[in-house]
Amino acid sequence: MSVILVFLLVIAGFAGWWLSHQRLMTKPWLEQGAAGDFVAFDRSGLPTAKIGLGVFLAVVGCLFALFTSAYFMRMALSDWQPLPMPRLLWLNTGMLVLSSIALQCASVAARKRQMDTVRLGLAAAGLTAIAFLVGQLMAWRDLTADGYFLASNPANSFFYLITGMHGLHIVGGLVGLSRTTAGAWNGARPERLRLSVELCAMYWHFLLFIWLAIFALLAGWAATFIDICRQLLT
Amino acid sequence: MVDITPADAVPPAEVAEMELYHPHSWWTKYVFSQDAKVIAIQYSATATAIGLVALVLSWLMRLQLGFPGTFDFITPEAYYQFITMHGMIMVIYLLTALFLGGFGNYLIPLMVGARDMVFPYVNMLSYWIYLLAVLVLVSSFFAPGGPTGAGWTLYPPQAIMTGTPGGQEWGIILMLVSLILFIIGFTMGGLNYVVTVLQGRTRGMTLMRLPLTVWGIFTATVMALLAFPALFVACVMMLLDRALGTSFFMPAVVEMGEQLQHNGGSPILFQHLFWFFGHPEVYIVALPAFGIVSDLISTHARKNIFGYRMMVWAIVGIGALSFVVWAHHMYVSGMHPYFGFFFATTTLIIAIPTAIKVYNWVLTLWRGDIHLTIPMLFAMAFIVTFVNGGLTGLFLGNVVVDVPLSDTMFVVAHFHMVMGVAPILVIFGAIYHWYPKVTGRMLNETLGRFHFWVTFVGAYLIFFPMHYIGLMGVPRRYAEMTDVTVMTESAHHLNSFISIMAFIVGFAQIVFLFNLIWSIRHGREAGGNPWRATTLEWQTPQTPPAHGNFGKELPIVYRWAYDYSVPGAKEDFIPQNMPGTFGPSREPA
Repeated sequence: MSVILVFLLVIAGFAGWWLSHQRLMTKPWLEQGAAGDFVAFDRSGLPTAKIGLGVFLAVVGCLFALFTSAYFMRMALSDWQPLPMPRLLWLNTGMLVLSSIALQCASVAARKRQMDTVRLGLAAAGLTAIAFLVGQLMAWRDLTADGYFLASNPANSFFYLITGMHGLHIVGGLVGLSRTTAGAWNGARPERLRLSVELCAMYWHFLLFIWLAIFALLAGWAATFIDICRQLLT
Repeated sequence: MVDITPADAVPPAEVAEMELYHPHSWWTKYVFSQDAKVIAIQYSATATAIGLVALVLSWLMRLQLGFPGTFDFITPEAYYQFITMHGMIMVIYLLTALFLGGFGNYLIPLMVGARDMVFPYVNMLSYWIYLLAVLVLVSSFFAPGGPTGAGWTLYPPQAIMTGTPGGQEWGIILMLVSLILFIIGFTMGGLNYVVTVLQGRTRGMTLMRLPLTVWGIFTATVMALLAFPALFVACVMMLLDRALGTSFFMPAVVEMGEQLQHNGGSPILFQHLFWFFGHPEVYIVALPAFGIVSDLISTHARKNIFGYRMMVWAIVGIGALSFVVWAHHMYVSGMHPYFGFFFATTTLIIAIPTAIKVYNWVLTLWRGDIHLTIPMLFAMAFIVTFVNGGLTGLFLGNVVVDVPLSDTMFVVAHFHMVMGVAPILVIFGAIYHWYPKVTGRMLNETLGRFHFWVTFVGAYLIFFPMHYIGLMGVPRRYAEMTDVTVMTESAHHLNSFISIMAFIVGFAQIVFLFNLIWSIRHGREAGGNPWRATTLEWQTPQTPPAHGNFGKELPIVYRWAYDYSVPGAKEDFIPQNMPGTFGPSREPA
């Protein structure tokens, strides 16, 4: 359970940092009057939707940290046989990186109100994300064709489970992305469009980060890395 | 002496009008409503309805335990199904949903001075997914083989094997699917509660001016958002084990002389995931109760809460600590002694912030102008009950004490006191307290006092003897114990006595439900602020609050939530939105 504890430590650190800016040491019973006069930190200036997405991403991060924890605990048992990583995954990774870059471009363009670039970026991001999903499904098919079935070994089970979960999150993101794209074509208000593009970009970058982490995990590099750390510590 | 300085000139509220969704039809106003207050009532009604099912299940269990062999229809299988569904419903579908979905939805926007939750549409979805989860759960009663009888902890391997009711039939699958749905729905609601507290606060409502109710619900929601994923992961993995034959949790098993296809899985892994959710869950239920009870005590003792800052820090501290104590539920799973030592230590450390809270409640009562209203009775009953349950928790937190007691009725009595009876008492107190705001009418006083005394005294008559028979060695989880040495004659008598008390206490809850329904039409008119309370929900222009909560302009907050009996003030309470400076000793040093 160490992975999830480290993750929660990061969250707790962030929460602690935030709380330390909230004047928790004040004596509210002594302070009367409109707080605006003496309170420098009220609500955050960030848009509410972004904070909402941030909290949601913390929950998603928690979910994958827990899968990782379970992965390491199950891996320690004797029947674990690592499965070969399909080469296709590298291509898929490239697709997801491109998708993220496209959305970043769209986000920058939305700030400059260059509508054509925004549309191009959104469409490119959507297509590459779909290509990623198709690639993942093909990787699954290759593995099953080679006899690596879901139930034949826990390593396989975890591979399908974790990549499947990640894929589902991408699918969910595509729903949001398609709504944003439709808005970009149908002339949504620029302010609103900019916010939704930024939200999509934020979600995409996070899922890219998650993918890189679980790719490292499934390919076995994460375990090697942790072993090295452990040897350095002992 | 009287020192009332005129209010400073304050600019009008420049809070932008929120884009409220305005309902156009009866359906969008009362059924598919995006108004947090309607959603709160939907959540509460659904939770109460499913809670009634759990109440009846507990009666059936008590019938069997109190009078073994008398009722033919309660087979051992049925008994396990009753236990499982009773536990799961009470902990998750009743307590969690009622505290966060019910009270959270109603109170957060009103108490922080917002017009609604920040994402009303997502909030509505949250309720409908919760309802779906409840329906899936209920459907398992009608599925072939009945609901699962795996125990509310659903430990593998037995949870998905043939001997367990529902293990190889529909029961366990429906239970897991229902939990997964619940978690998805809760996450949607939880995002709302957290972000509304962060972003929806009205002008002047700093974090340190929030009522403790909001602090409790806020912290509990943050914890739930981080803890429920563990249950989600456990459920998904077990679902795969059961449906697709993977071996995440399932070791190699020979069942009825037949080797199952599972191999090498780890049941302990499930326990870690389950309790990583399960222990924070105790505080997810307890923290809102802590917060609410602080407000009840302060309001009905006409005195500011003692040690507000310490209360806030304690809530946050308990929330953080509760994530590093989960393995104290697993002392008997054969863990490394140092591991057990670590978890025993963290468990006992939680007693410190908890004790701070208890002292502060008692010190708030100390020399207060205590009104023995029904909410106050329930609040005081909570303090006593929580101390009782907490003290047995100190016993069980120690490995050497826990190991022999772990499988006895002592544990059952302990957790019912601390996370069953105690939070339920707060829920009752809170309902008596806020019902006038929700409906505009008071609950019937006589029925209320009857309900309180029967519930409070009855709960002790149920659970004190249960501690005792637990210490005698009577094990839990057994459907029938007739001819075993630990079941002496006196233990049998006590069991029958506990059962009879359980029926009486259950009956009092029916009276309470009657009161809830009867008073909607026939209760005494309450007015806007019957308890003369300071917090914003009592300052709304209409009662019950209309769509948008606060009329044309949002309130501006000038003070903390606990200005009761301030020397020099005209009344013994000063609402949070009243400008001006009161009292001689208010100059910051």
